[in-house]
Amino acid sequence: MALRALARNKMRTVLTMLGIVIGVGAVIAMVGIGQGADQTMQDQIANLGSNLLFVSSGSRNFGGLHVGWGATKSLVPEDATAILKECPDVAAVAPGTQSTAQVVFGNDNWGTRITGTTPDYFPIRSWPFQSGESFTSDDVLLASNVAVIGETVRKNLFGPTNPVGQTIRIQDLPFTVVGVLVAKGQSPAGNEDQDDNIYVPLTTLQKKILGQTWLRFIMVSARSHAGSYAAQQQITGLLRDRHRIREGDPDDFTVRNLADMADLASESSKVMTALLGAIAGICLFVGGIIIMNVMLISVTERTREIGVRMAIGATESDVQRQFLAEALLMSVIGGGFGILLGAALCYAISVGFGWPILISNGAIVGAVAVSTAVGIFFGYYPAQKAAQLDPIEALRYE
Amino acid sequence: MSPQEIKSVSEQQAAESHARAADIVIQACDVHKTYQLGETQVHALRGVSVEIRRGEFVGIMGASGSGKSTFMNILGCLDKPTSGQYLLEGTEVSKLEKRQLAAIRNGKIGFVFQGFNLLARTTALENAELPTLYARMNKEERLRRAREALDLVGLGERMHHFPSQLSGGQQQRVAIARALVNRPSILLADEPTGNLDSRTSVEVMAILQSLNEQGLTIVLVTHEHDIAQFTKRNIVFRDGKIRRDEPVAQPSRAAEVLKTMPAIED
Repeated sequence: MALRALARNKMRTVLTMLGIVIGVGAVIAMVGIGQGADQTMQDQIANLGSNLLFVSSGSRNFGGLHVGWGATKSLVPEDATAILKECPDVAAVAPGTQSTAQVVFGNDNWGTRITGTTPDYFPIRSWPFQSGESFTSDDVLLASNVAVIGETVRKNLFGPTNPVGQTIRIQDLPFTVVGVLVAKGQSPAGNEDQDDNIYVPLTTLQKKILGQTWLRFIMVSARSHAGSYAAQQQITGLLRDRHRIREGDPDDFTVRNLADMADLASESSKVMTALLGAIAGICLFVGGIIIMNVMLISVTERTREIGVRMAIGATESDVQRQFLAEALLMSVIGGGFGILLGAALCYAISVGFGWPILISNGAIVGAVAVSTAVGIFFGYYPAQKAAQLDPIEALRYE
Repeated sequence: MSPQEIKSVSEQQAAESHARAADIVIQACDVHKTYQLGETQVHALRGVSVEIRRGEFVGIMGASGSGKSTFMNILGCLDKPTSGQYLLEGTEVSKLEKRQLAAIRNGKIGFVFQGFNLLARTTALENAELPTLYARMNKEERLRRAREALDLVGLGERMHHFPSQLSGGQQQRVAIARALVNRPSILLADEPTGNLDSRTSVEVMAILQSLNEQGLTIVLVTHEHDIAQFTKRNIVFRDGKIRRDEPVAQPSRAAEVLKTMPAIED
C-alpha cells in the first residue's frame, strides 16, 4: 500500500528521496576516500621496510625520509658498528652515503642517484631482487666494482637486455651489474622515484668516487615494532655519547622511526575520514528533515483521504503505520540509491584522480542502518499527526 | 423493548436478539449531541429517537444547522452521542472504543459522499478494493469482491480506469461499489447527487433503488425534494430534533423517470 501511495506522486517521491540519496552517497564516497588513503599510506609505509629506523647526519628535520641531508661529517661507519653491537633492540644496520652520477651502458647514459652501502641494506628495506643478487660483504671489504640497479635504471639503460653480468661505467670506472631490484615506485612522501638508484659497496663509493669516509645515513631495522621505540632511544643515546655532545646541545644527527610516521599518518587520516564522514552525516540529517517536511505537507494535502480511510474502517494505528511505511520506504530506497551513487562516485574519483578508494562492507551496512533509522525517526511525527486527525473534521477539509 | 439504558451483558444480548427478531438495524434513543465551538456550546441534537428496520430506504432532510449531518455522523459511528443511546444491530455503539468503531465502520457501514472522495491516480478496482484492505482479507478474495461490487453498479468494463477518466456519475458509482464491497448492513449516503447533473442524479438513484430492492438498508441525506421522492420514508430535522417522520406516499421509480428524460451527451 505504501509503495502504491508513493508511486501516485512519483515526482514528489523522487525529490524527497534526493536528500537521503545525496547524503548516503556522500558518506560512502567520503569514507571510501578516507579509508583508501589510509590503506595506501599504510601499505606504502610498510613497503619501506619493517621496524625501520633511519639515522641521518645533520639535525634538519624535513617531512619525508630522504630529505634533510646535513652537511655535518660526524656520522662514521664505526658508529654503525657500535649501534649494532651496543643497542639491544637493533637487529641489523646498513651504513651508507649518496651522490649523483652519470651511468653509461653502450651508447646510452642515464643520470641517477648512486648509493654506497652494505648488503644488509636490502633485507632491512625488505627489498627483493627481480634478477641476480646483492653484492657481498667481501665486495665491501675489497671495494669491488660491482653494482645493483633499480628498475628505472634498468629500463632506461638496458631495455630488453638482461643487465646481470653486463658492464656499466660510472665516472668512467667499469662496474659489473650483479643484481636488479624489484620495482617499488614512489616514496610515501611522494617526492622520489625509489627505483631510480644504483647501489654499490660503501667502500667503493667512498674511496674510488667520492673520496670521503663520512656517512650520510645509517639504515637500521629494530627487532620488533614495539622495540623500535626503545631502539630509537638507544641509538640517540649512543651517538650523543660517541659524538661527545654535551647535555642541552642539539643532536648532530636525526633518528626517524617509521612506526611514528605510520602512527601519525594513520591518526591524521582517521581524523580526516571522521571529519568528512561527519560532514556527510550532516547531509544525511538534512535529508531526513526534508523527508519529515514533505511528509507533513503530504499529510495536510491528504487530509480528506485520511478522513475517507478512517470512515472506511482504518484505525489510528493503520493510518500511522501507512505513513510511517511511506517514510521508511522512501528513506530505505533512497539509501539504496545513495549506496549506488556513492559507489559510482568512488569509482569515478579513483579513475579520474587516481586516488585509491576502499569501500568497506561496514560503510554499506552502516548506510542502510542509518537510512532506516532516519526514515523511522523523521517519519514518526508526520505519521502521528495523520493518525490523530478527527475523521469528521478531515472529511470536511477543503 | 423500551429505549432505556441497557446495563448488563445479558440485557445487551437480549437487545441484540430483539433487534434481530424485529429486524431493527438502527435504534436511536433520546440522542443528544453537544460540542464546543470556540467559546460557545452548540446543541446539535436535542433528543432524537428513531428506529430504522432492515430494508428501509430513508431520506433525511433539513436546513443547515438542523442537526442532520451530526446525526449521520453518529449513525456512521464517526462520532458518539453526548447522551442517549445508539444501537446498531443491537450493539450499543456509545460504549465502544475507537478501534472497535473502526471495525464496525469497516464491516457494517458503507459511506457514499457528495464529493465522491475517490483516490486520484488509482484505478476504479483499487478504489473499490480499499475497505477490504482494512478487513484483512487475502488478495484473491479482495479482488473478487471488488469486481463483484463494480459489476453490481454496472462498471465492469471500466475497472482499470482512473477517476480522471470517469464522468461524475461513474465516479459516484465507483464510490457506491466501494461502500458495498464489505457487504455492509447499511449504506449511508450524504448528498450523493449533490455534484451531479439531473439525469446522472436519477441514474444514481436508480442504482440505489435497485440495491434497496435487493435488501440493502439505505439512509440518505438530501436537501432536494425531488431526490427525497425516490426514497420510501422521509425524516425532517429542525433545530436538532425530528420534526416530521412519515412514509412517502408515492415514491417515484427512478428507472421510469429516466425514460422520460432527454439523453445528455456523456
